Amino acid sequence: MTAKLSPTQIAWRAAQDIADGAYVNLGIGFPEMVAKFQPPGRQAIFHTENGILGFGEAPPAGQEDWDLINAGKKAVTLKPGTAFFHHADSFAMVRGGHLDVAILGAYEVAENGDLANWSTGPKGVPAVGGAMDLVHGAKRVAVITDHVTKDGKPKLVKHCTLPLTGVGCVTRVYSSLAVIDIEGGRFVLREKLPSLSVDELQSLTGAEMLVPAPPADLIVPEL
Amino acid sequence: MDKTLPDLATAVAGIEDGVTVMIGGFGGSGAPIELIHALIDRFLATGHPRDLTVVNNNAGNGHVGLAALIETGMVRKLICSFPRSADPVVFTERYLAGQIELELVPQGTLAERIRAGGAGIPAFYTPTSYGTDLARGKPVEVFEGRPYVQERWLKADYALVKAHLGDRLGNLTYRMAARNFNPLMCTAAATTIVQVSRIVDAGAIGPEAVITPGIFVQGVIEVPNPAQEEDLNRAQARYPEVAQ
Repeated sequence: MTAKLSPTQIAWRAAQDIADGAYVNLGIGFPEMVAKFQPPGRQAIFHTENGILGFGEAPPAGQEDWDLINAGKKAVTLKPGTAFFHHADSFAMVRGGHLDVAILGAYEVAENGDLANWSTGPKGVPAVGGAMDLVHGAKRVAVITDHVTKDGKPKLVKHCTLPLTGVGCVTRVYSSLAVIDIEGGRFVLREKLPSLSVDELQSLTGAEMLVPAPPADLIVPEL
Repeated sequence: MDKTLPDLATAVAGIEDGVTVMIGGFGGSGAPIELIHALIDRFLATGHPRDLTVVNNNAGNGHVGLAALIETGMVRKLICSFPRSADPVVFTERYLAGQIELELVPQGTLAERIRAGGAGIPAFYTPTSYGTDLARGKPVEVFEGRPYVQERWLKADYALVKAHLGDRLGNLTYRMAARNFNPLMCTAAATTIVQVSRIVDAGAIGPEAVITPGIFVQGVIEVPNPAQEEDLNRAQARYPEVAQ
């Protein structure tokens, strides 16, 4: 079994690419961790679908205000400069191209940038939330994910088999093994764990990766 | 002009069987819990209203508010984006048993459909859902080289809304992120009933601070210290309380 990055480490890596002053939406769950790892000296402004820009981290237990929550229904806090707005304005920010980055989870990402992250099939109760909106409009749509599923199947694939969230929308994947861009309908390898050869990584990836230059080492601190 | 209402029972007295009701809130934040419970009280006393179509972002949590409305059997159809929560058992069981209809709408499309309904725009095009199962059967048009899906406006007979301050003219403010869908729903319903934490004199809300102008509001009822769904759920509350 190859060494791989933990979810926390993947979130750390994704956070390194967020510029000072960027407007950022983090998907609920795992992507929310990205906010913890902003590099010193940089301040991103986080957007949540339910109508807040520039919120702060979670309050201590017992100090929650349930009118001040994020899209995951978790309590957040105010910071100087926080703004509230209604849902139509919130999604104008999303679809209107005003967000710099959206970082989302994934079940599958295809080489053409198709994303499947909202439904694992017809069983159970379907729920989509803001996922289908978030994949349109942000200047960069990045995915953070394990490179393979729990039973070892590639999550980076030629074609998605699960119901799509959006077509051709993902621009970069931060996986547990590599950083891969999506350009011209192809996976382009940028960084990989030093312990892994390109061939080994290719064998865990469901479509051919282009390697136009030697990939940089993906080095992440122990967290 | 005085849009204030004497009590919660009066506030929900006009809602008939089979109508569409928009209910504000995102999860528990901004959810008009007391108005919903008043509607349940009326149903338990009179058997009406029933067969409601409810528009909300979610499908309730636990056994209070919207979840209780569904549990009581008053809701025929739900239009929402995310019918999941910490405790979604009420909706989940009914949905899987085929007892409630679900129209699943992406969250931004839901917001914009309501906005369009309130603004007199019957349809619009959005990039959201293009190429997905949720766009099936909807017209697609290409603008500037990119495909967009046509979506229709959403209007309602009633909106039940939670705001913070209100005056007798129906001007409203909202508290923090409890704003969410509430101002949109005020515009899209024929009759908008609002519960506010405090009714203030006209003029007490500065003209520049008004978020929802009173033209969109038909009735205002004061509910001081409104319940938070999250607090009720942490206390394992149920509505109505089950007699043991």
